[in-house]
Amino acid sequence: MREIDVTRTHDSASRAFPKEAAPMIEMRQVEKFYGPFHALKGIDFSVTKGEKIVLCGPSGSGKSTLIRCINHLEPIASGEIVVAGHRLSDSQDAVDAVRREVGMVFQQFNLFPHKTVLENCILAPMRVRKLSRAEAEETARKYLERVRIGDQAAKYPAQLSGGQQQRVAIARALCMEPKAMLFDEPTSALDPEMVKEVLDTMVSLARDGMTMICVTHEMGFARQVADRVIFMADGEIVEENAPDAFFSNPRHERSRAFLGEILAHH
Amino acid sequence: MGIQELTYLLQGLLWTLFLTVIGFVGGILFGIVVAVLRVSPSPWLRIPMICWIGVFQGTPLLMQLFVAYFGLPLLGFNFPAWAAVSVALTAHASAFLGEIWRGAIQAVPSGQSEAANALGLPGWSRMVDVVMPQAFKLSLPATVGFLVQLLKGTSLAAIVGFIELTRAGTIVSNQIYKPLLVFGVVGALYCAMCWPLSLWGRRLEQRMAAGAAK
Repeated sequence: MREIDVTRTHDSASRAFPKEAAPMIEMRQVEKFYGPFHALKGIDFSVTKGEKIVLCGPSGSGKSTLIRCINHLEPIASGEIVVAGHRLSDSQDAVDAVRREVGMVFQQFNLFPHKTVLENCILAPMRVRKLSRAEAEETARKYLERVRIGDQAAKYPAQLSGGQQQRVAIARALCMEPKAMLFDEPTSALDPEMVKEVLDTMVSLARDGMTMICVTHEMGFARQVADRVIFMADGEIVEENAPDAFFSNPRHERSRAFLGEILAHH
Repeated sequence: MGIQELTYLLQGLLWTLFLTVIGFVGGILFGIVVAVLRVSPSPWLRIPMICWIGVFQGTPLLMQLFVAYFGLPLLGFNFPAWAAVSVALTAHASAFLGEIWRGAIQAVPSGQSEAANALGLPGWSRMVDVVMPQAFKLSLPATVGFLVQLLKGTSLAAIVGFIELTRAGTIVSNQIYKPLLVFGVVGALYCAMCWPLSLWGRRLEQRMAAGAAK
């Protein structure tokens, strides 16, 4: 893994870590329903600055729902979420404040297909952070270089491979200079040969001290960068453990069954 | 059929074009409003638009022209015939285009809005920068199709005494007793307007498809 430029935001983040563990993201007694379906049941957890969390569990366990609640893509029924000191509520101001602090990467990339790679990256900085076009382009080029895709800036997303698109999506989120990044199964929609380039990008981001929550089944990635692995089932956090302990000696019966299934083919 | 009759037909054609342009420009402006309000989360904005669309899609254009021409004066608006017809056509087009664009807006994958929200884009930017350009592209075939329908629909304005192309054709035909010839020419003129429109729509579609090449 090659070393990359350390940006202002990440620099300060790595200086602050691991001295005093200030909570970057905190969830308290979060409940979420889809109609009668109880999707999240009393979720309690917190992420400190610079920490990397891998969230895993069987499908339907609520792991995607959980991270989508953090930036209010899903409203919660009750409980409390605090992100970088901003308490999330249904008010647009609170939602905007939280969204300025966290970036998100989706399974399906969700790049804007009618805009070039560069335009994808400068839209939010210009509209939200009110940067001039020149400033936004400068930032965008810096982050596109960082995910090693600077030479594709003029192309449209559909002209890129899946792995390249996902790296653009990461760069697009980074252009807002977020304090934390949420990854919702970022490699699940990729062909196998493209998984590595995206994971490498995420590893280098982790090395620079970014606070990250990743929903993923990439257990190699979890071992390599995670500070904690959180295992969910049926809308609850079942087990929270250091990655080595989680993989070698899972405490909970359901974690063992889950690991047995996903590791069977590795 | 002499030059005089042909000139008369061409005058009718100008009125047809005029009504079409008015209906379409008005329809686009109000149609955008209808579409945006129609997808609003607030029922106070959404439900009136559902009714608006229902009324204009559920009744014949002919009846709408009648109501505008005979009904508006009863309410104290004294419009000339062309203005009454324009109001009816604009309202009619706004409902149909609004519904076409509503469908297109909702056909844009929800991941696009989610990405815009996750980036913190304000609501207007999410619509203008992200959703509407994609919806416009999706709606293009139906929009051009409706434009062609509207152009032909202006022939109904004849019913309130308006001398547009079809009405001009009837008058000329009654004078020279050659209905086949006259309506053949009228048909050819309609075709000459609609055909390029369809071609233009197809071209636009292809160009936009090439722009975001797959």
